[in-house]
Amino acid sequence: MSRRMARVGDPGGGLWLFAIAYLLFLYVPVLFLPIFSLNDSIFVAFPLTGFTTRWYEQMLADRDMLNALSVSLRVGTVVAVAATILGLLGAKAVTRYRMPGQRAVTAMIMLPLFIPEIILGISLLILINAVSIPLSLLTVTIGHIMLCTPFAMAVMTSRLDGFDRSLEEASMDLGESPWMTFWRVTFPLALPGIVSSLLLTFIVSFDEFLLSFFLAGQELPLPVFIWSQLRFPAKLPSVLAMGALILIVSCVVVFIAEWVRQIGTTGERKVGVA
Amino acid sequence: MTAGVAHAPRQRGVFDRLRAFYLRSDAAKGYALLSPVMITMIVLLAAPLILLVLYSLWTKLGYGVDTRPTFDRYREVLDSKSYIDIFLRSVAMSGLVTLVTVGLAYPMAYFVAFGVKRSKFVWLVLLTIPFWTSYLLRVFSWKVILGYNGVINSGLMSLGLISEPLEFLLYNQTAVVITMAHAYAAFAILPIYVSLEKIDRTLLEAAADLGDGAWARFWRVTFPLSMPGVIGASVLIFVPTTGDYVTPTLVGGPTGQMIANIIQVQFLKINDWPLGSALAISAMAMVAIFVMLFVSAAQLATRQIR
Repeated sequence: MSRRMARVGDPGGGLWLFAIAYLLFLYVPVLFLPIFSLNDSIFVAFPLTGFTTRWYEQMLADRDMLNALSVSLRVGTVVAVAATILGLLGAKAVTRYRMPGQRAVTAMIMLPLFIPEIILGISLLILINAVSIPLSLLTVTIGHIMLCTPFAMAVMTSRLDGFDRSLEEASMDLGESPWMTFWRVTFPLALPGIVSSLLLTFIVSFDEFLLSFFLAGQELPLPVFIWSQLRFPAKLPSVLAMGALILIVSCVVVFIAEWVRQIGTTGERKVGVA
Repeated sequence: MTAGVAHAPRQRGVFDRLRAFYLRSDAAKGYALLSPVMITMIVLLAAPLILLVLYSLWTKLGYGVDTRPTFDRYREVLDSKSYIDIFLRSVAMSGLVTLVTVGLAYPMAYFVAFGVKRSKFVWLVLLTIPFWTSYLLRVFSWKVILGYNGVINSGLMSLGLISEPLEFLLYNQTAVVITMAHAYAAFAILPIYVSLEKIDRTLLEAAADLGDGAWARFWRVTFPLSMPGVIGASVLIFVPTTGDYVTPTLVGGPTGQMIANIIQVQFLKINDWPLGSALAISAMAMVAIFVMLFVSAAQLATRQIR
């Protein structure tokens, strides 16, 4: 124990064990979905009875489920693009210019992260009812844009914060127009942030349940469709199959998003040195 | 960007003057860029929240609403023992969730901040990935694990450890607490990690030089300095969990119902939107009060240690 003085604050080996146990706690519950989606039994229970891919075949034959998947993909794409454009413009404004009341505006934009979703859902429902728009994919998309914009804004702000302003000024001094400066200097530097923001807002929208639950009309996004299927035990295995696919794809997308963001920050240092 | 001003004609109209002002003023340019996101959030966030407050002051009337302002809905909420019970139960459960989640996340964050030397990024991504995957499915997998014929029961039975399925696993408050502690882990780890990472290591060396042992160093230097992260994490977990709908509905059972369930019933089943709005506003107000009490108590306690 006394040898730990070599590096003050360094935890002992016990914490290693705890860290491993904690990772297991995080990951094992989630892994049951893929495991049971490949199990040859309609019951989600041990012992495993054999390997099968028929739940995936059942899933692919389920027109309603595929339709819900396509709805979520379409909504997610529109939301990701819209939220990222809003976030990019907003982040550019707060990192580049000093404005009175800036803190209050930023706080309002970030507010959805600190309000329970049920409150966001019912208040949007009231608004949509007040202006008599019928519930549809449009209302779902509008709600998701509100929810995702703070995420885009946070990612883009942290990206543009460490941005060397003299690069833009140099480009202007060398005779580029503002538009070409944006296109040839600002945009490439912001690109990793843009990609990361697109991916993360897409995932948030794709996974969002509660807002869609309140705002969806006839066409259901995938999480709401899955929710409606949870009551039917016979549908459970194909829901597990879809869930397993979503988990794997989400993990890959998030990993790519984080990786791109990381590349972005090291790349920026290189630009700064050169 | 000042090219426009240089070419401005001699007699300048209102438009030209506005343009010149725009090009000179940081604030104007900033707000022009900020306006799309600002307008979006005013229309989709601020306006709906104001409407929610208005609704809570109205009265349901057949299929419509009577818009004469009244506090009767709030009285209805405060006079109902069952609503107050659910409010207090939600706060108690969320408080427990916060305690458990932060308690488990603190050593983990400490490990990444002080124990991991090289691959910190990999650890952070590993810890946050589950948070980005579908919340609905994560909660659902706990239902599968804790269920009557679920993973734990069938696993223990096939091992011969129990002969009857354990019934106390699912549909109660414990199930809600476990599920939420899992689902909200990333909210706790990241803020605590950031506050631990920021701590100036020379302070710890100074404490060691002055004769403090490992525990004294942790208790008198590291822990107080990491309190902002702990407080931030607690708020980030406590606020959304009090309003969570999916977890109490899927794994809570009758005794695990929370605030979101009674709000959802008013909006989508009974259609009494004014009462639902009053419930929502009362719940938010109560949560805000508890958060403020907690934050000031925590800050006071931190000062006591130091």
